[in-house]
Amino acid sequence: MDHMTATPHRERSTLRRLREDWWIYLFLLPTVVGYGAYTVYPLVASWWYAFLDWPGFAMRGTFIGLANFKLLWHDDLFWNAFTNSLVFLIISVPLRVGLALALAIVLNRPSTPFRGLFRTLLFLPVVTTGAIVGVVFTLILDADGPVNLALVKTALIEEPVNFLGNAGTSLYSAIGVWVWKWLGITLIYWLAALQTIPHELYEAARIDGAGPWREFRYITLPLLVPFLLIITLIDMVGALNVFDLVMTLTGGGPAFSSEVIEVYIYRTAFQATVPQLGYASAAAVLFGLLTMVLAVLQAIGVRSVRRGMAAR
Amino acid sequence: MTVDTLTRQGSGRRSVRRQRSAPRQSPRRRIAATTSRWLIGTGLALLCAVWIYPFLWLVSASLKKPAEIFAKGLNLIPDSPIWENYVRAWSEVGFSSYFLNSVLITLGTVALVIFRSALAGYVLGRHDFIGKRLLIGILLVTFFLPEGYTIIPITQLTDRLGLLNSHLGVILGLGAGGQVAATLLYAGYFRAIPKDLEEAARIDGAGPLTIFFRIMLPLAWPITATVFILQFLYAWNAYLLPLVFTLSQPELRTLAVGMTAFVGEHDTDWSGMAAAAVLSLLPVVAVFIVLQRRFVESLAGAVKQ
Repeated sequence: MDHMTATPHRERSTLRRLREDWWIYLFLLPTVVGYGAYTVYPLVASWWYAFLDWPGFAMRGTFIGLANFKLLWHDDLFWNAFTNSLVFLIISVPLRVGLALALAIVLNRPSTPFRGLFRTLLFLPVVTTGAIVGVVFTLILDADGPVNLALVKTALIEEPVNFLGNAGTSLYSAIGVWVWKWLGITLIYWLAALQTIPHELYEAARIDGAGPWREFRYITLPLLVPFLLIITLIDMVGALNVFDLVMTLTGGGPAFSSEVIEVYIYRTAFQATVPQLGYASAAAVLFGLLTMVLAVLQAIGVRSVRRGMAAR
Repeated sequence: MTVDTLTRQGSGRRSVRRQRSAPRQSPRRRIAATTSRWLIGTGLALLCAVWIYPFLWLVSASLKKPAEIFAKGLNLIPDSPIWENYVRAWSEVGFSSYFLNSVLITLGTVALVIFRSALAGYVLGRHDFIGKRLLIGILLVTFFLPEGYTIIPITQLTDRLGLLNSHLGVILGLGAGGQVAATLLYAGYFRAIPKDLEEAARIDGAGPLTIFFRIMLPLAWPITATVFILQFLYAWNAYLLPLVFTLSQPELRTLAVGMTAFVGEHDTDWSGMAAAAVLSLLPVVAVFIVLQRRFVESLAGAVKQ
């Protein structure tokens, strides 16, 4: 990392370095202990738990090999939750990233009035508590609630829809609320990305007679690709961490129609009469793997784009 | 605006000024630009109105009678504001103690994260030591670890430590691990500070602790402010961990957990529910409005890295 500073230390022996740098390790102590216990240990322990039959925190688990994974493989509810999480991700992320980009481009134009105010209002849901927003939206999306009233009044629908109480609409309603809640932060990311594009580029393009579309296509878009990958990754990880909202909106129901993986894990580990901690850990391990695969794919993407840009 | 410029600067000067700012624009193009400006403004205004409507509805519901909430359609103005809803949520339902729990847990988590990330960020950003690469590697690998993955071992660990039903248990659960972004923000900031500053202090005989607490940490206040904001949001809005940790201990519930418990226990007291929701959201919205600019800058800065 710091090659410049490393050179003068090179003559020191390892032992001497350790002895002289004692205070560095003192500074790291809180992080190493806390991080070790609350992040690294859980990361490793989950794998071990996944091989246990473990019916409660007060009990000891018994090693049962791959039995949990075998059971999971044939557990329709697990695959249902897995599919729901993927559907959630595949629909919500493009929606959030795309809508936020469109809004950011409009809000980035110097001629747009009240830019600061609009940005603040669109950002407001981001700071609110997901669990409380979830409870509030059970009222707002109720069959007698304001959304249905407005839709019926404007004749967009004939009959009120029970958005959250209907197996066909519950997951999509949760996706809608999630996009609404988190769009503002993606918008801020995009605005930050747009501000890295030098203004002179647009001026030059305008002198050459480029319209708004060609400006977007040939200047904005190519320069935004590295940001697109990072923002998509952040939003994808976000789309897998939706416990608070989904739990309070629908509890995963009705009939498991909106149950995502986290709700499945919570239900098997903490809500069942006999907690199945080993089984839930096996589900968690698969869930962690899914997240990691996504992150690695993105990292490869970012790297190849960076290399492509450097080569140009 | 036109009137304003007229009175202040006189018409002659004004026309000169306008010519200079837009030398090549024909009047027709200017009109087209103004029209599109207003169209975009109106569109955005409508969108924002829809966007924050849930909050307006919530505040309105918190001041209505329970029956009035759904009976009055889209009308947001209550017959007469019923402040009693707030009193009921605050004292009878127990939101006063939930509120206190949320404040304690949030402040504890924020302090813990600032303390450990500032210390670690300082040595990671400015010093070379054995094990540095390994540490950075571990931090990066676990950056995106989902909460649903770690909750079972963390609960088990907290249970073993005997902290499962205490504020400290929740604070450690939220702040002791994770939060890599805070450490990296500090490291990035400290890396950019010139070296001579420390050298001078070292020649004057200051030890590492003095240098850090007297010189470096005060210098890093913008990062401390950023980390404060991000962690405040994170801890105040946390749900899964406080929920699991307080399952058997209702008096330790935070606002987010208390809210969902309230729904189970008083499922038709909608106005009490709305008042409780307003009370829970108020602090975080207030912090946001006061520190708005910094909020946006912190988040934007995080993605640029």
